Amino acid sequence: MVRPYGDTTGDGMVQLSFTLPLPHDKRAEGAALQLAGSMGLEPAMLVHAKGMGPDFTFFVVYGRVNHLVDVSAVQVVEREYPLLSAKDVNQALRSRLRRKLVVVGACIGTDAHTVGIDAILNVKGFAGEKGLEYYREIRVVNLGAQVLVPELVDRAGAERADAVLVSQVVTQRDAHLTNTCEMSAAFREAFPAARRPLLVVGGPRFDESMTAALGVDRIFGRGTTPAEVASYLVHALAKGSP
Amino acid sequence: MPAGSRPRTKLDLDPAVVRTARALARRAGRPVVKLARSHTTVSVERATLRLAGLEGADSDGIPWVNRLVDAVRADAGLEHGVALPVWHAMGTGEHADLVQLAQKAAAGSVTFRVPEGAAAGKAGRAARRDVGRGITRIDRRRKERERLIARIGDPPQRPWIYLIVATGDIYEDIPQARAAAREGADVVAVIRSTGQSLLDYVPEGATREGYAGTYATQENFRLMRAALDDVSRELGRYVRLTNYASGLCMPEMATMAGLERLDMMLNDSMYGILFRDINPIRTFVDQRFSRQVHARAGIIINTGEDNYLTTADAVDEAHTVTVSQLLNEFFAKEAGLEDWQLGLGHAFEINPDLPDSFRLELAHAMLARELFPAAPLKWMPPTKHMTGDVFRGYLLDGFFNLVGAMTGQGILLVGMMTEAVVTPWLSDRDLALQNVRYVLGAAGKLHEDFRPEAGGFIAGRARQVLGEAVELLEKINRDVTHPIPLLGAIADGTFGITRRPADRGKGLDGVVRRADGYVNPAIDILDLSPNVGMGRPGAKRSVTGSPRAN
Repeated sequence: MVRPYGDTTGDGMVQLSFTLPLPHDKRAEGAALQLAGSMGLEPAMLVHAKGMGPDFTFFVVYGRVNHLVDVSAVQVVEREYPLLSAKDVNQALRSRLRRKLVVVGACIGTDAHTVGIDAILNVKGFAGEKGLEYYREIRVVNLGAQVLVPELVDRAGAERADAVLVSQVVTQRDAHLTNTCEMSAAFREAFPAARRPLLVVGGPRFDESMTAALGVDRIFGRGTTPAEVASYLVHALAKGSP
Repeated sequence: MPAGSRPRTKLDLDPAVVRTARALARRAGRPVVKLARSHTTVSVERATLRLAGLEGADSDGIPWVNRLVDAVRADAGLEHGVALPVWHAMGTGEHADLVQLAQKAAAGSVTFRVPEGAAAGKAGRAARRDVGRGITRIDRRRKERERLIARIGDPPQRPWIYLIVATGDIYEDIPQARAAAREGADVVAVIRSTGQSLLDYVPEGATREGYAGTYATQENFRLMRAALDDVSRELGRYVRLTNYASGLCMPEMATMAGLERLDMMLNDSMYGILFRDINPIRTFVDQRFSRQVHARAGIIINTGEDNYLTTADAVDEAHTVTVSQLLNEFFAKEAGLEDWQLGLGHAFEINPDLPDSFRLELAHAMLARELFPAAPLKWMPPTKHMTGDVFRGYLLDGFFNLVGAMTGQGILLVGMMTEAVVTPWLSDRDLALQNVRYVLGAAGKLHEDFRPEAGGFIAGRARQVLGEAVELLEKINRDVTHPIPLLGAIADGTFGITRRPADRGKGLDGVVRRADGYVNPAIDILDLSPNVGMGRPGAKRSVTGSPRAN
């Protein structure tokens, strides 16, 4: 069991900022404290309040929460595969596939942020690790941004892709979720189950436990490195999935 | 020139190197201009019809300009342009106006042909009269802007503060844009529904359903400009409106912007090719037309060099920004744009964990400032290294603002600490503007005192980046495998790892080589505008002077 930590073990201190659609006055400050109280901050300190135009006020609140966190009850997706070096990935692919592994990557929908897919695919890589293009036994086809789902399905078929990597950064109106569902449905429709490429999505706002709901084989969240993706691909192909 | 006889600038760039860089950009750009002048596109032809007043769409939402251009193309081809076949058909007197002609064409009851001899002369004159009305309307809009600015006033400070609005619903955008202006925005940009850049038509009417942005339509332009006119009067400063002349409908976007008095347009010479996989020839042809319209309309363009840095390393690839700026400058001036209209882009995207990252940013920003002393540079905030740690992001935005203040940037896109987390909240915008105001208030005049050491790190870095830019331009011009070296370089992936061959990419089927008798009255009129020409090698241009006194 743990509590939030301010400057003393067990003090339970948190900070919070929010806006209320009220003009800045005493009543608005009272309303902010009421909200903090309802959220379990007791006592709550209103440390900053600032009017933003005639109709809104911004607040910063510090306070103590009495909630306890039961660490033993926390559920996370643990990595289900061993992390391999680039050399081991290449070796495993060479012995198992006897050809290059084909990965097709794209940002789909209206998302123009290629930063995620490029971090995983480009030689340049991410966090000091080289991207999948650097792996001798992986052939990478990076389709870039704003790729239409039918185009992605066609290219995956034409390139005989073993895996399709999709990155989604824009999350306005849950675009990342609807786009992913659309993508996975299109692949299920276009390919027989045995020949469907592995579907992998990544992005900063995905919940890694939602694979079934989104119809994909694996979800990668914030901070994923190319080696993790490469190791997963080796692992998944060895399992014979999908 | 003996040392000491020229005005010393802060970085003390070698004027000979600067001249070489410009000459190389001109050499790379010229064959592309020739290419642009020998082709047309469906969107150029549609823009021409828009200038002649053809608006509206059929019941499926397909604009009449698309219907008419498609019908002409099917009957007579586009090699001669739409003007002759369309105004030849109008000359029969059987059609009340262009809309009716388009309706009949869509129904298949009109057949188009390219007239010859006296009939061609007659059709050409009629086309020029009608298209000329559109250009006159753009001229009037420009005068109207000048009058409003004279009466209401410009923002009191530079840089102008640039804020983004993007709800997808024009009727939500309007109150947000008004609020942004009241909070301090000097420029309001309405982000487009991003999928729009790949649509080969412009949607019609007021729209309420966009995706991560609002559709750019002529009606939405009109509604937003009218709303900002009201708030400009209220605030006593003219608030500028920005949209996008990019994607497959670039010429039409520029035309609509001119007709509705938009003030700035995002318009890059190569962005569509490299980042949207739009066909290179389509892009260059569309781009030239759109820039000619922008020049005429008094619109400030914003170029997209920030994109080079978000997809590549901001230190290793710094020189690609300079190369792109030089090319954008050449293509802009060739199309008649003046220095004050060149919002050349650059961005604060160096990894903050890198030693001396701030000094490097400062060097790059100063280099842009000194290379383009009379241009209102557009300074773009960090996005790539905004991690979700909003507190660190706020500090990074502060340093971004500081570089902006120290280097006399013209247009400052306000960075949000919640970049890559959420679309900006009301409080994010308020905090971001406090950040800008603090830095400009505290250090806005620091450029008066700040001068980097002549042989120091910053000056050295700027010289190095300029040198690498010259090398890259030389490499582009050396590519003899392609008749147009710049297209060869783009095909070979010289700009980043993307390879974009000239015979591939979206929108290629909308490109047509002009025949000898090609007529486009809009281009004929725009080519007569004062500054149009091939980079004017004889023109006197300040390369080292610093009229903006940064």
